[in-house]
Amino acid sequence: MTAYLIKNVSVVGAEPTDLLIRDGVVAETGVGLDAPEATVLDGTGLVALPGLVDLHTHLREPGREDAETVESGSRAAALGGYTAVCAMANTSPVADTAGVVEQVWRLGREAGLVDVQPIGAVTVGLAGERLAELGAMADSAARVRIFSDDGHCVADPKLMRRALEYVKAFDGIIAQHAEEPRLTEGAQMHEGEVSTRLGLTGWPAVAEEAIIARDVLLAEHVGSRLHVCHVSTAGSVEVLRHAKARGVKVTAEVTPHHLLLTDEKAASYDPVYKVNPPLRTDADVAALRAALAEGVIDIVATDHAPHAVEDKECEWAYARPGMLGLETALSIALDVLGPQWDLIAERMSRAPARIAGLAGHGLDPAPGVPANLTLVDPAARRVIEPAELASRSRNTPYARMTLPGRIVATFLRGEPTVLDGKAVR
Amino acid sequence: MIRHLLSGADLDAATATQILDTAAEMATVAGREVKKLPALRGRTVVNLFYEDSTRTRISFEAAAKRLSADVINFSAKGSSVTKGESLKDTALTLQAMGADAVVVRHPASGAPHRLANWVDGSVVNAGDGTHEHPTQALLDAYTMRSRLGRLAGLHVAIVGDVLHSRVARSNVLLLSTLGAKVTLVGPPTLIPVDISAALAPGTDVSYDLDTVLPGVDVVMMLRVQRERMGDSYFPSAREYARRYGLDGPRLRRLPEHAIVMHPGPMNRGMEITPEVADSPRSTIVEQVANGVSVRMAVLYLLLGGNNL
Repeated sequence: MTAYLIKNVSVVGAEPTDLLIRDGVVAETGVGLDAPEATVLDGTGLVALPGLVDLHTHLREPGREDAETVESGSRAAALGGYTAVCAMANTSPVADTAGVVEQVWRLGREAGLVDVQPIGAVTVGLAGERLAELGAMADSAARVRIFSDDGHCVADPKLMRRALEYVKAFDGIIAQHAEEPRLTEGAQMHEGEVSTRLGLTGWPAVAEEAIIARDVLLAEHVGSRLHVCHVSTAGSVEVLRHAKARGVKVTAEVTPHHLLLTDEKAASYDPVYKVNPPLRTDADVAALRAALAEGVIDIVATDHAPHAVEDKECEWAYARPGMLGLETALSIALDVLGPQWDLIAERMSRAPARIAGLAGHGLDPAPGVPANLTLVDPAARRVIEPAELASRSRNTPYARMTLPGRIVATFLRGEPTVLDGKAVR
Repeated sequence: MIRHLLSGADLDAATATQILDTAAEMATVAGREVKKLPALRGRTVVNLFYEDSTRTRISFEAAAKRLSADVINFSAKGSSVTKGESLKDTALTLQAMGADAVVVRHPASGAPHRLANWVDGSVVNAGDGTHEHPTQALLDAYTMRSRLGRLAGLHVAIVGDVLHSRVARSNVLLLSTLGAKVTLVGPPTLIPVDISAALAPGTDVSYDLDTVLPGVDVVMMLRVQRERMGDSYFPSAREYARRYGLDGPRLRRLPEHAIVMHPGPMNRGMEITPEVADSPRSTIVEQVANGVSVRMAVLYLLLGGNNL
């Protein structure tokens, strides 16, 4: 195993130091380290962060390997500075059995670029009718702890209550896609001025807020952990703030795109901007940014959702919702939050690792800690070219935008997955 | 002149007036023995219809033929569309065939905008989903102008299912550009959110037809689909007709000079009674005739025809 000596690097924004990585861990830190056997990397001007952790990734395998595979998604993740991703269950077949989650877990191990932690479905086939074998998935080699029907809401309140209660037995958590389905029938974009102008069926904010309000009350009632996926509205932030003040065990995520883009993007009718929940208004974006800084929203999660060209190069109403996110998330966070490295490390690595229960991830580089880390060049600016992305899909909403920050290197347990901005394999 | 006509918002007052003036000249052709001009000879106009709409299609077809264009009718039924061809592939096919203009009717809002990215020719939106139908708004404006002599300062009530109406959206945009005032009337469930901010500041909304009628110059009734009942937009067709239908007594609340319009096809007995539809104040048949003149003007100007 090669050792690496990173010279003059700022660990999470602190004064520059040297980092020696050996045998899978951070062996030593300090100014003026010397290690003749180590490969030396110049870290001048770079910031070392604990490897990013994504609680919400769609890797599409099994089923839609034309859009993404575990391997291509893992590569995209590593290039984005991630060392762990949680793979959503809405594959085909659905990850609702121990067999499927173990398959995804094994494919992740074989790719070896990030730790792939499968998420299990809450209900059989994501149909929202009866519980999947949550315990079997928890006991499997994949050791599933997060369960989600993402893409669908667990809308039945009794089923949601049971799921929240049941997973307490193995310290599980339900990640809810909050969308009251009756209020969003046929919905295409945020309901508001722009949807009225464009003649697209609206997805009202209340459809998200009503489910979050119900779920925090349910979680409080049964004393369970709830995680809210991709919070998108100012009203949801208020519901979460209230719940947290009452001591409800709720955590929440926001996506990079909901921190940056608004529903005005739909005016092009280009479905690259179609996503669920939809892009909202300026006021929502401002509320989400404030909530993220404040901690009402705990983490940034990408909701990386690759789609084949034919599923996006069509009429808006016929396109599938979702956008790529893994390779651009850190740049968006940097753009939105500025160089607040401790905050970025908290929201993109430590907190998601805690929520997911991923040991060895989300730890700042320090002696004895597993060497899961990434090196960022905050001064770099890059133009996003869809064709240059490692994902198999091209549906980035940031095409031809200039974004700050570049991932220079990523290490997974001491082994580089990205060096000089390129995936090692 | 603009390249595509996708939305009422594409038209400024000067361009819209130019189209209406040109339509007036085109209308004289309809009175001739030979109803044909050579203006678009050798040009190809494709009617690309993904929805059944006989009246709009034949109106565009008649317009293109009176200008001597070659017309290709491409309907979604019995074409490669039913075999799953994408809009983009269809667009590239039309492009390869050298379409100078594509007139498109599509159930998905924004489909004409997408199409405009993929073809070099002009795209005319002949109705897209619940979005817009700009040539309908032009023919309505033309009809109002010919009946009432002006557009600026007119007060127009648009009544019914505004939420799902492409006719309403295009009319609000165009009429406000041309200086008319619009009041939208319907049950609150069928009025979209933030409509005045979305389309034209100064647009009013009312839920009470009876109070609006005495102050308008034009009342435009929208088609209301009975299916909306099943989705709880209103309790029953009967209740809808009672609250928002235009019948004889309501007709008599209108000022003497006011006209009644409907884009068709009508649900007689639902949003409009036969007594009103067939009254001399109704312009419904006239609207159809004006549709051909207006569409001639649009095709002529978009395709850069020079002299009439």
